[in-house]
Amino acid sequence: MQRRVNIWSSIDWLTVAIYLVLVFLGWINIYAAVYNEDHYSIFDFSQRYGKQLIWIAAALLIAVIIFVIDINFYSYFAYLAYGLMILLLIAVLIFGKEVHGAKSWFEIGRFRIQPAEFAKIATALVLARYLSSYNVQINTLKSYLRVAAIILIPSLLILLQNDTGSALVYFVFILVLYREGISESILLLGLFVVILFVLALVLEKLIIILLSIAIVFIIFWFLNRRLKNVGIGVGILFLTSVVLYGVNEVLSMGLSYYYIILAALGISGLVYIVLAIRYKIKNIALLLVFLIGSVLLTYSVDHVFNNFLEPHQQKRINVVLGLESDPYGVEYNVNQSKIAIGSGGLYGKGFLRGTQTKFDFVPEQSTDFIFCTIGEEWGFIGTFFVVSLFVFFLYRLIGIAERQRSPFSRIYGYGVVSVLFFHIVINIGMTIGLVPVIGIPLPFFSYGGSSLWAFTILLFIFLRLDASRLELLK
Amino acid sequence: MDSFANRRHIFRVIIILIGLVYIVKLFVIQVVDSTYKVTASNNVLRYVTQFPARGLIYDREGKLLVYNEAAYDLMVVPRQLEPFDTTEFCQILDISKEYVNEALRRAKEFSVYNSSIFLKQVSSKTYANLQEKLYKYPGFFVQSRTLRKYSLENGAHLLGYVGEVNNKIIESDKYYKSGDYIGVSGIEQSYEEYLRGQKGVNVYLVDVHNRIQGSYANGRLDRKAKVGSNIISTIDSDLQAYGEKLMRNKIGSIVAIEPSTGEILALVSSPTYNPELLVGRIRTKNYVTLMSDTLKPLFNRALMAQYPPGSTFKVINALIGLQEKTLFPYTKYECAGAYYSRGLRVGCHFHRSPLNLIESIQMSCNTYYCNVFRSILDNKKYPSIRESFDQWREYIMSFGFGEYLNSDFDNELKGLVPTKQTYDRIYGENGWRSLTLISMAIGQGELGTTPLQMANMTAAIANRGYYYTPHVVKEIEGDYKLEERFFEKNYTKIDSNYFEIVIEGMALAVNGEPGSGSTARSAQIPEITVCGKTGTAENPHGKDHSIFIAFAPKNDPKIAIAVYIENGGFGSTWAAPTAKLMIEEYLNDSISVPWWEEYVLNAEINYNAETSKHME
Repeated sequence: MQRRVNIWSSIDWLTVAIYLVLVFLGWINIYAAVYNEDHYSIFDFSQRYGKQLIWIAAALLIAVIIFVIDINFYSYFAYLAYGLMILLLIAVLIFGKEVHGAKSWFEIGRFRIQPAEFAKIATALVLARYLSSYNVQINTLKSYLRVAAIILIPSLLILLQNDTGSALVYFVFILVLYREGISESILLLGLFVVILFVLALVLEKLIIILLSIAIVFIIFWFLNRRLKNVGIGVGILFLTSVVLYGVNEVLSMGLSYYYIILAALGISGLVYIVLAIRYKIKNIALLLVFLIGSVLLTYSVDHVFNNFLEPHQQKRINVVLGLESDPYGVEYNVNQSKIAIGSGGLYGKGFLRGTQTKFDFVPEQSTDFIFCTIGEEWGFIGTFFVVSLFVFFLYRLIGIAERQRSPFSRIYGYGVVSVLFFHIVINIGMTIGLVPVIGIPLPFFSYGGSSLWAFTILLFIFLRLDASRLELLK
Repeated sequence: MDSFANRRHIFRVIIILIGLVYIVKLFVIQVVDSTYKVTASNNVLRYVTQFPARGLIYDREGKLLVYNEAAYDLMVVPRQLEPFDTTEFCQILDISKEYVNEALRRAKEFSVYNSSIFLKQVSSKTYANLQEKLYKYPGFFVQSRTLRKYSLENGAHLLGYVGEVNNKIIESDKYYKSGDYIGVSGIEQSYEEYLRGQKGVNVYLVDVHNRIQGSYANGRLDRKAKVGSNIISTIDSDLQAYGEKLMRNKIGSIVAIEPSTGEILALVSSPTYNPELLVGRIRTKNYVTLMSDTLKPLFNRALMAQYPPGSTFKVINALIGLQEKTLFPYTKYECAGAYYSRGLRVGCHFHRSPLNLIESIQMSCNTYYCNVFRSILDNKKYPSIRESFDQWREYIMSFGFGEYLNSDFDNELKGLVPTKQTYDRIYGENGWRSLTLISMAIGQGELGTTPLQMANMTAAIANRGYYYTPHVVKEIEGDYKLEERFFEKNYTKIDSNYFEIVIEGMALAVNGEPGSGSTARSAQIPEITVCGKTGTAENPHGKDHSIFIAFAPKNDPKIAIAVYIENGGFGSTWAAPTAKLMIEEYLNDSISVPWWEEYVLNAEINYNAETSKHME
């Protein structure tokens, strides 16, 4: 049951306007970042701002084409597009060109295309297609596995290209799953793992195990609501700990507190299970699994950190966590970036007047660190405006997603919101030192054809779906 | 149906919260916190590398050998350039306009924003002139460097020289940046890590008029340069200078070692060159000249030239025979002017016959050692020659031959001691016998040894059975210690009691009565017992090389020495008197018979003075 509506009149022009403003701001800031007197014409196509103008023109053309294509095309061909992207991601591993250590570019003549940027679109489409199928129940093991496969396959392939930043983007699709009703406990578990990972790097193992025990007893109290049971549990653990401590001292085995507590936990765990079965207290098993899991996790963190992360990645994480200071390496970039933004003051130094961003102090200032130029030349006024604009933009997109009648459009919309959200938060966050340096572009701002086109396609497919929302009867 | 629609609020809350956090953080950085402010509106940071002075090098007596002289590199940042008066600029620096254009083009090509060297090593005088007028030339600034200076003209090979780093080094070692200096050979190379110190950096604020406004951020980003450590070498500079003087107009080398420590007292490679030639702007030109010289003055013969050891090797074969009990002090062999066996003839010179062990060393009898060598290889103790040869080789290797000595020079060669596989390849696995290898009995044939290895062998004999790894550095100032290996005794596989009789022979070779047949009487020094052995290395390309090894005094050896004089003929002719003069100079600081000094100094052996004028 469809009805025809003139799509040109039902386009969300406000969003399109914001898009145009963002792209325009991006372009003049690239001009400012690369500007020098030898090439002052903003239409100089040998320079980045000149090239960006070409990319923008092409992006607008792509946007128009997207609107001309029938709406059903996007859901019908989602799987095909996804499969094609996977093939391209594999192909780039073989035929790709390495730039800055990441083998993620196809080089065609003078142009370079990064398939990872476009793979996000296909993933969002497939996710929407799969989750909107009639017979899919999200909270089943089968769906978990399939969704995990949809998200992780491109992510892993991109990781193999050595482009960790772009690979991480895929985890943001968890937000889409959240909106579509994935169990909160799964998300909490994920959140917990992340927090534990960070804590394990910062704190001693002993403190973490004590914290976990405290949390488990608090949760137990919430679930059980009987102070007496909690008291008995703590009592048992305390007693076994004291006894083991005594044994350790007497036999002078020289075990550290951590292992004493661990052993005590093992013994009391068995007691708990017996008691739980006897008095039919629920959830004990779950809590024990939680405890064991956190112990294992803290153990594996060091291993993962030392063996799976590259030294520069370890450094970035350590710098953000304040465990390491490296003012000439990783911290240098962030420091220079902060100096550039900070030197802008309230009103900024004025268009083309920035010095910090112009003298190569800030690396990658036209791509990943474009926000520095905004901060330096337009000051807090400028950054406030840009951040607010992004917030409003995302807020607006959520509104649009929510007004969709078809689940496919809504889910895809949330995919768009999540991807943009991740890029914006990480990119701006790293320039002001709030998150580790992860090289991903600022949507619509950063120099580069691939990213601009990919974000344009991502956004305009959504606007195209939105424009036809009224054709679909509820 | 859509029961999770409420979750959209969570999204909105998260987005707004993060937006607020970011705005607050931006407000703090941009408005509240002043540490990120750069005060003057158009200030630019300039990173000026602080090059530490390179460590000095002293000789064993504390005499300064190598020090530094200030020089200045004129740097340019193309982005900061403004039109300037080229005529005056060229006048101050004494350069042409073409040079200015070319250098600026190169600098721009390297980087528009980063500094690169415009003119290297400007003298202090020019610098003083330039400094006053530098305000007229925005974009230019001066970076101070140090250049090496030498107090003596000697020791070029062992001191080594300093050169600019090449791309390969820059890529493999993060410490070095384009234009940095690095030790390329000798001590400068081996002890680069200690000598170079640690570069520092000063970050300055610079205004539009190219004037430094002061330190940036109160010097928080600055890093102090650490001066390089001084090095005290084991060289006796007087002895080194004397050695180089004696070797003038000759090709060859002298290595002198203190046996009780393994410290290298002198290391002469001739022809040599004045180390000043490879410093500063003249280096490239001079380097090319030295490289194209047919006598190869840059080639360090003391470490890298391989010659057969000649008759000096008889000493080692005697020791092996004694250890293997195939030779005894009383063993006598007849010699009728040559060694004959199965149609093979090894010639000998005229002397009385038969000889015992001591006499065989004294008179250097070839026949005697052909017999000794065969008795070692044909020893019935071993099932076949392949095993006995292996054993023989082990002994040889234990004197430091055929393997790197691991001195602190990076470019020593390991020489050549053939293996049984070498002979298997030539003659087939069962195709060779002791007679096949007979030339090695008298140190000819497939053997290759460097002068350093020969001096080390002499030290091992002087010590009666062990040596310390030869080294050229005595002490590194600061909290550094020399590597432990330089203080460990390396034992040869010969028991120390066997050395005495061989040393007796070496003493007699030098100190025998006239007419007694002693081969090295030209190495005699009054009142000091020199123990020595002559050698003559067969040379397929021309006249034989003259070799002499010696140590003295006999009972408390203070110096062990090896002398090689290419195309010098018999060891006793040139090498022995040269060694004698060196020993006398070192032990007595004076020469007892000046005639010998003149004799050596005036000798010009196969040496074309025309080609090597630049060495004077």
